[in-house]
Amino acid sequence: MRKFGDLSEADITPKSVYLNRRQVLRAMGIAGAAIIGGKVVSHFAYPPATVNAGTKLNVAVKSPFSTTEKANTFEDVTHYNNFYEFGTDKSDPSRNAGNFRTSPWTVSVEGEVKKPAKYSMDDILKLAPLEERIYRHRCVEGWSIVVPWIGYSLNTILKLSEPTEKARFVAFQSYYDHGQMPWGDHSGIELPYVEGLRLDEAMHPLTLLCFGMYGETLPNQDGAPVRLVIPWKYGFKSIKSIVKIRLGKDMLPTTWNRYAPSEYGFYSNVNPSVDHPRWSQASERRLGEFLKRKTLMFNGYSDQVAGLYSGMDLKKNY
Amino acid sequence: MREFLRQFPTRKWSKVAVFVLALFPLAYLGWRAYRGELTANPVEFIQHFTGDWTLRFLLITLAVTPLRKLLNMPDLIRFRRMLGLFAFFYVCLHFLTYIGPDQAFDLGGMWKDVAKRRYITVGFLGFALFIPLALTSTKGWIRRLGGKRWQALHRLIYVIALCGVIHYYWLVKSDHRLPLLYGAILAILLLYRLAASLWKTAPVASVSPIR
Repeated sequence: MRKFGDLSEADITPKSVYLNRRQVLRAMGIAGAAIIGGKVVSHFAYPPATVNAGTKLNVAVKSPFSTTEKANTFEDVTHYNNFYEFGTDKSDPSRNAGNFRTSPWTVSVEGEVKKPAKYSMDDILKLAPLEERIYRHRCVEGWSIVVPWIGYSLNTILKLSEPTEKARFVAFQSYYDHGQMPWGDHSGIELPYVEGLRLDEAMHPLTLLCFGMYGETLPNQDGAPVRLVIPWKYGFKSIKSIVKIRLGKDMLPTTWNRYAPSEYGFYSNVNPSVDHPRWSQASERRLGEFLKRKTLMFNGYSDQVAGLYSGMDLKKNY
Repeated sequence: MREFLRQFPTRKWSKVAVFVLALFPLAYLGWRAYRGELTANPVEFIQHFTGDWTLRFLLITLAVTPLRKLLNMPDLIRFRRMLGLFAFFYVCLHFLTYIGPDQAFDLGGMWKDVAKRRYITVGFLGFALFIPLALTSTKGWIRRLGGKRWQALHRLIYVIALCGVIHYYWLVKSDHRLPLLYGAILAILLLYRLAASLWKTAPVASVSPIR
């Protein structure tokens, strides 16, 4: 296993490099090769989506939750996506999400709350200072990435809504519009996409309400304009393009759990000792690396989150 | 053009042409690697690519017999062994990407994986069954085994193709369109053989009383 912490913040490709590259691309509208951080990165057929999506975000806080591991490239994170509304191949969302309309956008917080509300994206962006958080992100399929996300803790918006005594779970729903997402027909899963957390998981400071990455607003294929990032759970829990947050007393169904309950549990915490029937969860391939590396319990966030599950049988509650 | 295609299997050089054509997928993969276009997950891309081409070559190989009859082009038989061996070639590459970057050449870990995951089990079974077919694909082995026994052994190709399709179906998460398409083509190719063998035996039974 590689020791973490042997890289400094400076090892992460600075935002200015990405921004600069994009300006060049925007100006020239060409495909070519660029040298970034000493690495030759090619970008052919660069989709207009990523070129247009970026609006710079002002990051006020560098979060202490950030890992010092090297972030993946912007190319990797924008061209290798699971976003089944835009197609099931990893390369589909970058091709198909370009015209997705993310403005105007409202997120409704409702259910067991004293102050239900509908927030516009402008409202949401002003609720708290924006933090950059560099998280490890582990997909249930056995690959992982490191991404500099931008957002703030989900608990900010939940506290504003004042959960009632009865609230124990939080359900999330993605936007779904067949007209804009015809590829969803072949996804095999029921849409709109829904996810859920226990209230204490949702209130945990690591759980990020995310609007951006690499210094700017989220590209469409990465879940624009607002998504969750829950770094100690498999990626599919980090629901994209959220329109509804509903608090309640019951555990509501979640998309992948409904599709195959024996394969995808409600909790879906990263756990190297509980294998998925099709993929070993003991190891993972960090994108950009050839051999696999060992997967860490709770994706390396045990210190922060293990307490949430004390006394629980995590083999049963996978 | 029609005439060209009709004459093609009888040409001396046509085997070389098919050989070169069958290397195109590998050349395309090399080209993409050279251009750095193997996606963010090159290992996975190569795995899927070589797996896809294994299945395609298996289906093309199985299509030779029906096409010989339906197109009345018996000389197509000249390509069958080579096409089957190309399926084996691509599955070897496929297997290498699994045992190498996925399992880090750890045989113990590989066996555990084979035993535990059904899509790996069935994929590995198909690969294992394929090895004796590749080894006995020469004229010498046909002679040594005798035509009947050799043919019986090589009917394993039906099982191998089935293993391949099931392997693909089981590994896909939720969008099953492609594995089902491969499955449908395989079903047609196998049903053709079933129908053809019934057709062959039926007239014999009905003809005899007339005598």
